Amino acid sequence: MINTRVQAETFDVATESARLTSGSRDIGALVSFTGLVRGDAGDTLTLEHYPGMTERMLQEIATEAERRWALSGGLVVHRYGRLSVGDPIVLVLIAARHRGEAFEAANFLMDWLKVKAPFWKKDADGWVEAQGSDDVAAERWS
Amino acid sequence: MNIRLVYFARVRETIGKDGETREFDSSVTCVAEALTALRAEGETYRIAFQEPEKLRFALDHQFVDVSAKLHEGAELGIFPPVTGG
Repeated sequence: MINTRVQAETFDVATESARLTSGSRDIGALVSFTGLVRGDAGDTLTLEHYPGMTERMLQEIATEAERRWALSGGLVVHRYGRLSVGDPIVLVLIAARHRGEAFEAANFLMDWLKVKAPFWKKDADGWVEAQGSDDVAAERWS
Repeated sequence: MNIRLVYFARVRETIGKDGETREFDSSVTCVAEALTALRAEGETYRIAFQEPEKLRFALDHQFVDVSAKLHEGAELGIFPPVTGG
C-alpha cells in the first residue's frame, strides 16, 4: 500500500525509509526521490494547495501506481506553505521486490503528481508557470 | 442552483477572495455557462476568466472540462494549471 500525506512540516527521508521497510523480508529495492526548493540564498517559495482535492488526487495517483506495478509499499509526502531554498518539498518512496518496478513506479508517481496534484508555487517573481514539458512527461504513461 | 466556487493561486488573487457560494439561474447548466454568467458581473471576473483555456476546473474535487454539467450543491474549483512537485 502506498500511503500519501499532505503537510506543512518537513520530513526526514531516513526515518520514513526505515518505517517503510521495517520488518519486511520481501523488499529488495527501495527507490527514493526528494524534490527540493531551488534558488538563491534567502529566497522563499510558497506552495498553495486545494485541501480535500489534493489528498484525493494523491491517493488516486498512488492507487494507479499500485494497479500498474507489483509493489511492496510506498509513501508520497507533499508539503505546502512557506519554504526556503534547500528545503524538501516532495518525497516519493517506493519499495518493491526488484528495482525495475520501484524505479518505474517512482518515476510515474512524480510525472503524474506534477500535472494532477493541485499545488501552486509562488516565488519572488510571482506565480510559477506550468511547464509544457511536464505534460509531455505525464503523457508517456497514458 | 447553488454552487460553491473556490479559487486558487492567481485566480484567487485576481478575484480577491478564496471562494463564494453562488445561486445561478436555470440558464447555467455547465462550467462554461457559469463562467459566462460570472464574467457578465464585472471587470474582476472578466479579467480572472478571460482565457478559460489557460484555466483548469475541478467539480467535487475531480478534474473536468468546461462542458461538465453542474448540480445543486456542487463545489467548482477554478485555478491555473498546477505547478507542484
